[in-house]
Amino acid sequence: MTSETGKHVLELDGITIRFGSLVANDDVTIALEEGEVMALLGENGAGKTTLMNILFGHYTADEGEVRVFGKALPPGRPRAAIEAGVGMVHQHFTLAHNLSVLDNVMLGSEPLARLASRRSEARGKLLALSEQFGLPVDPKARVGDLSVGERQRVEILKALYRDARILILDEPTAVLAKPEAEQLFKTLRGMAANGLSIIFISHKLGEVMAGSDRVTVLRGGKVVAERATSDTNPAELAALMVGRQVTRPKRDAQAAGAPVVSAFNISVGPSDERALDDVSFEVRSGEVLGIVGVSGNGQAALGALLSGLKRPSAGQLTLAGDGPEPIDMAALAPRDLVKAGIGRVPEDRHAEGAVGELPVWENAILEQVTTDQFSARGFVRARAGQSHASELIERFDIRGAGPGTRTRLLSGGNMQKLILARVLAAGPRFILANQPTRGLDEGAIAAVHEHLLAARRDGKAILLISEELEEALALSDRVQAIVKGRLSDPIPAEEATPETIGLMMAGHWEVAAQSTSGEPTHAA
Amino acid sequence: MRLERRSNTPLMLVLTAPLLAVLAALVLGSGLIALADVNPFTAYGHLVDGAFGSRLAITETLTRATPLILTGLAAAVAFRAKLWNIGGEGQFYVGALMTAWLGHSIVTFLPAPLAIAVLIAAGMFVGALLLAGPAYLRLRFGVDEVVTTLLLNFVVLLFIGLMIEGPLRDPLAFGWPQSVPVDRDLRLPDLVERSRLHVGLLIAIAAAGIVWLVLARTVFGIESKAAGLNPSAAAFAGVSLPKTLMMTAFLSGGLAGLAGTIEVLGVTGNVTTTLSPGFGYSGIVVAMLAALHPAGVVVAAIFVATIFVGADAMARATGVPSFIADVIMSVSLLCMLVALLFTSYRIRR
Repeated sequence: MTSETGKHVLELDGITIRFGSLVANDDVTIALEEGEVMALLGENGAGKTTLMNILFGHYTADEGEVRVFGKALPPGRPRAAIEAGVGMVHQHFTLAHNLSVLDNVMLGSEPLARLASRRSEARGKLLALSEQFGLPVDPKARVGDLSVGERQRVEILKALYRDARILILDEPTAVLAKPEAEQLFKTLRGMAANGLSIIFISHKLGEVMAGSDRVTVLRGGKVVAERATSDTNPAELAALMVGRQVTRPKRDAQAAGAPVVSAFNISVGPSDERALDDVSFEVRSGEVLGIVGVSGNGQAALGALLSGLKRPSAGQLTLAGDGPEPIDMAALAPRDLVKAGIGRVPEDRHAEGAVGELPVWENAILEQVTTDQFSARGFVRARAGQSHASELIERFDIRGAGPGTRTRLLSGGNMQKLILARVLAAGPRFILANQPTRGLDEGAIAAVHEHLLAARRDGKAILLISEELEEALALSDRVQAIVKGRLSDPIPAEEATPETIGLMMAGHWEVAAQSTSGEPTHAA
Repeated sequence: MRLERRSNTPLMLVLTAPLLAVLAALVLGSGLIALADVNPFTAYGHLVDGAFGSRLAITETLTRATPLILTGLAAAVAFRAKLWNIGGEGQFYVGALMTAWLGHSIVTFLPAPLAIAVLIAAGMFVGALLLAGPAYLRLRFGVDEVVTTLLLNFVVLLFIGLMIEGPLRDPLAFGWPQSVPVDRDLRLPDLVERSRLHVGLLIAIAAAGIVWLVLARTVFGIESKAAGLNPSAAAFAGVSLPKTLMMTAFLSGGLAGLAGTIEVLGVTGNVTTTLSPGFGYSGIVVAMLAALHPAGVVVAAIFVATIFVGADAMARATGVPSFIADVIMSVSLLCMLVALLFTSYRIRR
């Protein structure tokens, strides 16, 4: 240890990178001290991963400089970063499953030209590192047989084996179960005490509070705040992360009607690892119910449940029918749901919303291709489908597209409009809007919001799942927070200040309820 | 230098890609021919002459192309849905064997047109069944169909050997291992007099038309396309992935089985273990050269048949081994894979 404490081991100085018109990182300056665990906090698309990819040489910054131990790194060369002592643990591991732990660790660190492999030497070094940093592994074990947590240990050891002094972990808990995540942060602490400097990327407030010494918050590609973890709290971080100002147009006041979709004590997943845990909610006609929360807290399961892709393991999910008896929604497959008046906007438009290689019109009718409107005796009524698509393009202002355009050529906003159009044209009574504006620019966001509010005026029941607080508060009549698969009681959006919501998103529901108006708000 | 995804593929590029691939294969093949001390131009001249130089040559080439169209369609249908059916050869043989057996014994009492229809249906059915097994195993247990379909080819071939030396042996063949013959009345009529070319060619071309119609115009076509291109989006939109996969397997296996049936009814009249010079495998090349398009399959099948038929003539005339046909075909497959890459990507510096 040659450096004194408090010395900067890593400096990112004025980093700017643009992708087309998007400024992914805007003059970002960060300094990491020796022996420190820093959390890089931000929403999806805030520029965290881009920044770390610049540091590691996967991207070349347009402006700015990376300095490691005071020396500038040549841009665009991952090997230079490794040699300077930077190790990166990717979110998706880069391990060969059919090789042993030792082989994986050694892979790529040996010169090709040498015939004899120094296995025993390598084994000794691996075991020493494993001992020193409290990362127990069996060098002989096949990586494919290891648990996810163990594989991550191997990834970390791989970086340490290359003499990393600075460790960067991209969303390290994304794939871990809770106990494994807690163990990881214990390990990271120990490693920092051993002189390593660590940056971990996260958008989970809980682990940032528990696992870091310092927090740097990124929003829209800029550093918006730096805090010592001990001087801040989850509510402040949440507000910093999502931004305070509510600028987009708000909905008009409107009385909600009868419940359309109701969930009673729904759970999803096996009892020890529940994605949704005993949640209840009610979405009424002419209202938007907003589900807010930091991603990875059960939103995916909720979306899959309402899309007909997952069945609940307990509880009831009902849709108000025409008769007095409600319909059991959980028993319906996707197309039956569409027929029953459920519109679904999926979380990921590329993965689930549309088939990119198909023309626009085929995507526009894919949900309803078996109905009489679009097929007869097994044959697709192509003309009906194409004119339907033309109509949607016209009505929903989908730009840059004709019915025959390949869907992947549409911009994100226009693809989202197409998906919304498909949903709204089917005449739904209930709409699931799962992250409907993720990754869209302001103009497209406004268009999507306008369509959702128009549907609300039409008396449709809407469930909005959003990580964007601003959006949730602008559109929703009531909001519920989702934390670790559980839902808070709903509160009216008017009573939700950023502070209250921040507390709710951190799981402190009781405190939040008291701070709103003095009297606790609970659903009847 | 890196690859960048094209935002749009010009139609010209789609059409020229296979031509360039074939050209590249012929150029590479000429190197081998030169190694055999023969002028490549002379050799290729003999090749073209052997495939198209006479009425007989043309009919022979088209006769060879007939089963290739069908096995090519079988591969194209499956590959479009990302079902990797390498078992066309086995499906071809079970279709052929079924035809010989039924055509010899069971349906001889039916009027000929009806009997032929029954034979075709039966051949398609057993071919479909042979692929349905691996497809089901993939759905149920995640068993890799590349392995199962490929290995089934060898199992089927051994089974054919067993049958034609045993229960289905032709007693009039003087001990020669061949199956009982199909009843004379059930043979497909010739298309051109004094040649081996039979109406099976028309059946194969009709099959290409029907496959095109099914893929382009039916609900199943759209759904299988969606399921192949983006399974999670298809499932989200309510497409049943298992159902689509099984229907694809039936269609693909049925087409390969039909190829076997047609070859027996149209050309040989019986089954031997050398009935197919790799029609099932060549079908994969045909499908790839056609970029999995049914119309392209017809053209690509004729091309592959040309190489094989012409190579024999070339071998006789110049002494270059006819194995050069296998080399040209394999290399053109490799070149086509590269060409396909460049239809969807471009090189950027």
